[in-house]
Amino acid sequence: MNRGSPVIEVRDLIKNFAVSSGFFGRPGTFLRAVDRVSLLIRRGETLGLVGESGSGKSTVGNCILRLLQPDGGQIFFRGRDLAAMNRRELQTIRGRVQVVFQDPLSSLDPRMTIKRIVGYPLTVSKQVRGAEVEDRVLAMLREVGLGKDHLHRYPHEFSGGQRQRIGMARALITEPECIMLDEPTSALDVSVQAQILNLIHDLQKRHGYAYLFITHDLAVVRHISHRIAVMYLGLIVESASKDTLFENPCHPYTRALMASAPRPDPFNRQDLAVLPGDPPSPVHIPPGCRFHPRCSSVMDVCRLEAPPRVRIAADHEVACHLYPST
Amino acid sequence: MLDYGKTLLSIRDLSVRFATYQGLARVLEKVCLDIKSGEILGLVGETGCGKSVLARSVLRIIPSPPGKIAAGTISYQGEDLLQISETRMRQVRGNRISMIFQEPMSSLNPVFSVGNQMREVIRLHQQVSKKEATRIALDMLRQVQMPDPAAVLGKFPHELSGGMRQRVMIAMELSCGPDLLLADEPTTALDVTVQGQVLAILRRLAGEKGVSVLFITHDMGVVAQICDRVAVMYAGQMVEVAEVKELFSAPAHPYTRGLISAIPGAEGEKGAEHLYSIPGVVPGLIDPPEGCRYHPRCEKKRAVCTEQTPVMVKLHADHDVACHCCGPSREEGRP
Repeated sequence: MNRGSPVIEVRDLIKNFAVSSGFFGRPGTFLRAVDRVSLLIRRGETLGLVGESGSGKSTVGNCILRLLQPDGGQIFFRGRDLAAMNRRELQTIRGRVQVVFQDPLSSLDPRMTIKRIVGYPLTVSKQVRGAEVEDRVLAMLREVGLGKDHLHRYPHEFSGGQRQRIGMARALITEPECIMLDEPTSALDVSVQAQILNLIHDLQKRHGYAYLFITHDLAVVRHISHRIAVMYLGLIVESASKDTLFENPCHPYTRALMASAPRPDPFNRQDLAVLPGDPPSPVHIPPGCRFHPRCSSVMDVCRLEAPPRVRIAADHEVACHLYPST
Repeated sequence: MLDYGKTLLSIRDLSVRFATYQGLARVLEKVCLDIKSGEILGLVGETGCGKSVLARSVLRIIPSPPGKIAAGTISYQGEDLLQISETRMRQVRGNRISMIFQEPMSSLNPVFSVGNQMREVIRLHQQVSKKEATRIALDMLRQVQMPDPAAVLGKFPHELSGGMRQRVMIAMELSCGPDLLLADEPTTALDVTVQGQVLAILRRLAGEKGVSVLFITHDMGVVAQICDRVAVMYAGQMVEVAEVKELFSAPAHPYTRGLISAIPGAEGEKGAEHLYSIPGVVPGLIDPPEGCRYHPRCEKKRAVCTEQTPVMVKLHADHDVACHCCGPSREEGRP
């Protein structure tokens, strides 16, 4: 097993959304949800993508899945550019890059049985037919901790954690190489969240999946990821291996994010209000460094120039004027 | 004069039932809880354990039907809130006990300006002129550290961010000087940096004004950071009440232990490969397990657990637990 080979590589991804369309469909105002984002997801590895709401983290995931059409940049799956593929070519790839969404109830059709839901990707891709579908579905359900008696039930009969298992089974049945996990545990209670995180971890161990784990929860991302990228307003401001990032966070935003996450430790009370203000709307992106209006170490240059991405260690990049490129 | 540590509100044997198509759901079962003056009491538990119903029962705002308070007392300043008239209850709501909800957008009226709504609340509870009400509203917005409060008064809820809306709610609820604030997951819908700001404001204001807060959440991190005491609920029953440091360092009930062990990052800086997870699922409330409702998932289950409902017993000064297996004679340490 060639662990560590790149599965997905994203280069300078750009995605714009129209805020208002112009007069008679002429181009109006745009907001840039994702601005030149580059990522690398390797086999058997989890890349955590962290950010607050509106930071563009889900948009990156949706662009990789081509659920959204990127406006610039390239997305390579095993060396082939997904962004340039047509529908037919995409269909051959779709089964190999899968997704699990946040809310398991709204992503499962309430009128389909579990057997149909989980078997659907196989039916669509015409990989298998007939009785073999049921065998594969059953094998997959066992893999995620469900069983034969669940086959003919409907989504509403399951608890939140079980529904997320069903979502996992559906994503895994086409034997993908890469899976986007878009806040898969945010809607779950902490004891159930632990079960699902363990499941996600075990499946990766067994099959070597590459995960893009999108979340706003730093504790979860720290537990599950190998490498972490922090997004703010459509931009990756810092990326590093998990241990490096938590031991030596460099970007002021990463530091603030870590300091304001409440830790389950009543013996050390934190100053929780470390970062003033709200995340600005992506329609009105501040000039220069996007973070400068909220930054505690703001300098004159931050108001004028966007900081470049600088490699400060082997696996540690940061975009901040505090770390000038040499 | 505020008397810190004195019991402000006392809930005894509160049972609430909801009539559903599937049958009668026993949502709260003989719940007891004391809220003391000037404290922030955390109420934690998983989805559906009845924590919101408990808070709503205090204000008598559970939808009825289908909900019904079947038994119990809620005593507040010598009165039983469950027995007093609706007219009297309306004097208590907002004036003495008020509530903030998780989603501020659904608590604010979208067609009136913030100033208009705040003035309405203030004048409903206090005999003041419009001008005076505006002054109070401005003052309250300043206290919740709202940037540019005068401009915010003229804005509509949709023009504000989530964090600002929640600050408006806090300002509104505290403007009438209540003794008790029921906060139902007030920061769950907010981003973590904004949540930090709102929690800091809540913690500071509660201290300054001597308001007791019942803080409902499922986030153990938030509990550890802002609460003085913590009450843990499971499937409609109160299982453990303790001082916050005591609860995190020496949790007694197997459920509380599981809850704390399941937090990612709680297992140490480096982290184990596997998180502790509680086996099984939360039971339904229509036909909950007999005896201790946690017994089907409990590692320490004994015969008595399946037959008798455990009662709250005092472990020591500020630590109560309802469990057959970890009574006062317990000697074992942490898991």
